Amino acid sequence: MTLQITGLAVRYGPVTALDRLDLTVATGELFVLLGGSGSGKTTLLRAIAGFVRPAEGRILLDGTDLAPLPPHRRPVNTMFQSYALFPHMTVAGNIGFGMRRRGASRAAIAARVAEMLTLVRLEGYAQRRPYQLSGGQQQRVALARSLAPNPRLLLLDEPLSALDRGLRSDTRGELVRLQRSLGTSFILVTHDQEEALTMADRLGVMQDGRLAQIGTPAEVYERPATRFVAEFLGAANILPGTVQADGSVDLPQLGVQVRTGRPATPGRILLALRPERLVVGDAGTPNRLSGVLAEQAYAGGTLTSTVRLADGTLIRTSQALRDGFGSVRLAIGGPVTLGWQPEACILLPPE
Amino acid sequence: MRAGRTFVLAVPWAWLLLFLAAPLAIVTLIAVAEPADGVPPYRLTWTLDNLRLVATDPLYRNALGLSLKVAAVSTLACLLAGYPMALAIARAPARWRETLLLAVMLPFWTGFLMRINAWIGLLRDDGWINTLLAWLGIGRLPLLYTDAAMYVGIVYTYLPFLVLPLYARLSRLDPELEHAAADLGAPPWRVFLRIILPLSLPGVWAGCALVFIPAVGEYVIPELLGGPQAQLVGRVLWGEFFQNRDWPTAASVAVLLLVVLLAVPALLVRALRR
Amino acid sequence: MSRALAGWLVACYAFLYAPIGFLIVFSFNDGRMVTVWSGASMRWYVALAHDQALIDATLLSLRIAAVSATLAALVGTLAGYALARFGRFRGRGALEAALAAPLVLPEVITGLSMLLLFVVLEQLVGWPAGRGATTVTLAHASVSVAYVTMVVRARLAGSFTTLEEAAMDLYAPPWQAFAFITLPLMVPALAAGWLLSFTLSMDDVVVASFTSGPGASTLPMVVFSATRLGVTPEIYALATVIVTVVAAGLCALSLVRRHAA
Repeated sequence: MTLQITGLAVRYGPVTALDRLDLTVATGELFVLLGGSGSGKTTLLRAIAGFVRPAEGRILLDGTDLAPLPPHRRPVNTMFQSYALFPHMTVAGNIGFGMRRRGASRAAIAARVAEMLTLVRLEGYAQRRPYQLSGGQQQRVALARSLAPNPRLLLLDEPLSALDRGLRSDTRGELVRLQRSLGTSFILVTHDQEEALTMADRLGVMQDGRLAQIGTPAEVYERPATRFVAEFLGAANILPGTVQADGSVDLPQLGVQVRTGRPATPGRILLALRPERLVVGDAGTPNRLSGVLAEQAYAGGTLTSTVRLADGTLIRTSQALRDGFGSVRLAIGGPVTLGWQPEACILLPPE
Repeated sequence: MRAGRTFVLAVPWAWLLLFLAAPLAIVTLIAVAEPADGVPPYRLTWTLDNLRLVATDPLYRNALGLSLKVAAVSTLACLLAGYPMALAIARAPARWRETLLLAVMLPFWTGFLMRINAWIGLLRDDGWINTLLAWLGIGRLPLLYTDAAMYVGIVYTYLPFLVLPLYARLSRLDPELEHAAADLGAPPWRVFLRIILPLSLPGVWAGCALVFIPAVGEYVIPELLGGPQAQLVGRVLWGEFFQNRDWPTAASVAVLLLVVLLAVPALLVRALRR
Repeated sequence: MSRALAGWLVACYAFLYAPIGFLIVFSFNDGRMVTVWSGASMRWYVALAHDQALIDATLLSLRIAAVSATLAALVGTLAGYALARFGRFRGRGALEAALAAPLVLPEVITGLSMLLLFVVLEQLVGWPAGRGATTVTLAHASVSVAYVTMVVRARLAGSFTTLEEAAMDLYAPPWQAFAFITLPLMVPALAAGWLLSFTLSMDDVVVASFTSGPGASTLPMVVFSATRLGVTPEIYALATVIVTVVAAGLCALSLVRRHAA
């Protein structure tokens, strides 16, 4: 299965929901679409499922264009955010619905339903009604229902958002294991960056109806392409600067030169620094900034410190508390040094 | 898909044209026709005599004025009785609410005329209420065939129509709003006046409309419970049609009533905007 | 709930139910008077069972109510579906207003206008010939469509769209999504709308009096003219029968619901 989307555009009157978007998803891949509300991620999913009619572009599934087909003719299934379980049917009726519509035999449907119930660990629940199930059980029925017809591609719209926090992280791992064992391609939509980073083979960050960046979680986190991506996926301190002829970055407001550890073409840039890559205190790193400690917040496993630089810029840092709280506690208002390795520098194009 | 949509829309449109637009157009047409001896008793012409008569003759004008007054007083009485009732149901423990609501609707299913019959039995000179009054030493009063009897009948019949939409509105209010207002130091009466009442107004208007409009055109209750003096517009229309067989005048009364009913909300809206 | 509110609630229910209790008690009165108790008796029930005119009128009313409610349910479902699902379309506002109109038209106007329509139709196309059960049925259906539309529309608003999409996603063409998902889920609303229409038809005097003709007197019409001549315990007996039937129906319904849940 290969999904190849080219130049896909969706417009609602004057509003552009998808702006000539390109995307390729490979066989067996778990692709995550990450974006804020209104970024177009759900519209993209609905366009693939067939609920939204694109103004232009093609959606090729193994070479066949899906764009002109109605939803019921597409070999693609959706797991809905609200689960959309049919309240007047049993669990078995829900799971067998897709196969019944395709005219499968009774025996085949019964066998497949039993198989799916085992897969999602709901044996013995076949005759229950959706309202007799817990939220987690409903979620698993919805998953089983969308997988039962053996789709070539499964679309999951925020599949975990209706679950409790604890259940959510367990289910996350379960969903990934299931996807690996089935080998079905998944496209999963979420606004939760942790979900995206932990589950995705590759992810795409959506912004204003476009894919701002596509890559593996590590690629996108370590090498964000734009300021938006850097700030959307994880946190980032942004400082304007200029790349010099020797490859170092000059921060004019602070009068400091920074070594970046990678070649860069001279010119104006934005320097992005992840909070967890900054060290508070002089640790002998090549790059250093000094400022005043403005705020510290204790969060159990980590300590967040905010440092005010000479020009007033606030820099956030986050440190793992390996040796307890006392070791890193500093006086608010006192002078501090921030240090980081050249490899921690992320260079972004100016806006 | 397209064809299905057209069909789904075409059926109600055709139905409404035939059974709503056409009848109202015909009423207007007959209102400007001439009364005549024959079957049917009119001759199609273009005359404003009937409408002019209905709009100027005291008989019809008084009937209309009386109807509006009776409807307004009844609506107010329903509101005064029904608002606390709806509020009480909305505040009742959740497991009782459905039963209480059902109990409001239940009298609907016993037959409107049956309930009016019961009231006749209760209100007669030798009826139970008078027996009770005599026993209390107040003495027997003429109750049936009075305006009071008519008002009781209208309030009794239409009270549920006011309670249901009002309850629907009140039950959707977040109880936390009241707690918040009380927490901010508002005494209960102020919480009611400033929070509950304004938020329930859409339900109040809906309920009042559902009482006022049918009450204006009410025929059966004034006929059976009210006295001969209770000449409401519904009764006048009925009389013109069935007793006098004057269809054009009956149609003119209908047109006048319709115009007034359309004008009342418009005037209300204008008055409220000011 | 405060004590004053609870007290008021009790008073209101007493107001609503006292007359009904009164007529049930007096339906068992032996005397001809509806106000003086002269011993328990079933004589008015016997009289009711032998009153052929009243029985015929009841049968006619049941038939008219059933047919008009079914007709209203068909048209009202289409209208409610269109209003709930078609989003914005040309003439939506007009359709909405026209559908609400029967809810706010006084009965005398509805009755008169429907009669005049039937008179004109008979002159123009010869149908419906004369006035009777057919014209009353059509008149009642025309009023009831508004109620069915309201109930169906409320039920359809929003909640089923995702379910229909889920069905189409699982290979159901639109008509199957409607047949297997929307229609079964609409049944409670349809039943409620039908029942409401049935009740309105069974209860109506004014519209029926205008649109009926000789030989086709509905139950309310017969009761109305009997009441004008004087109240008899026979009418109370009839009311008690109706109350019993309705109460039995409600009990059966709640049993079915408890069983289903």
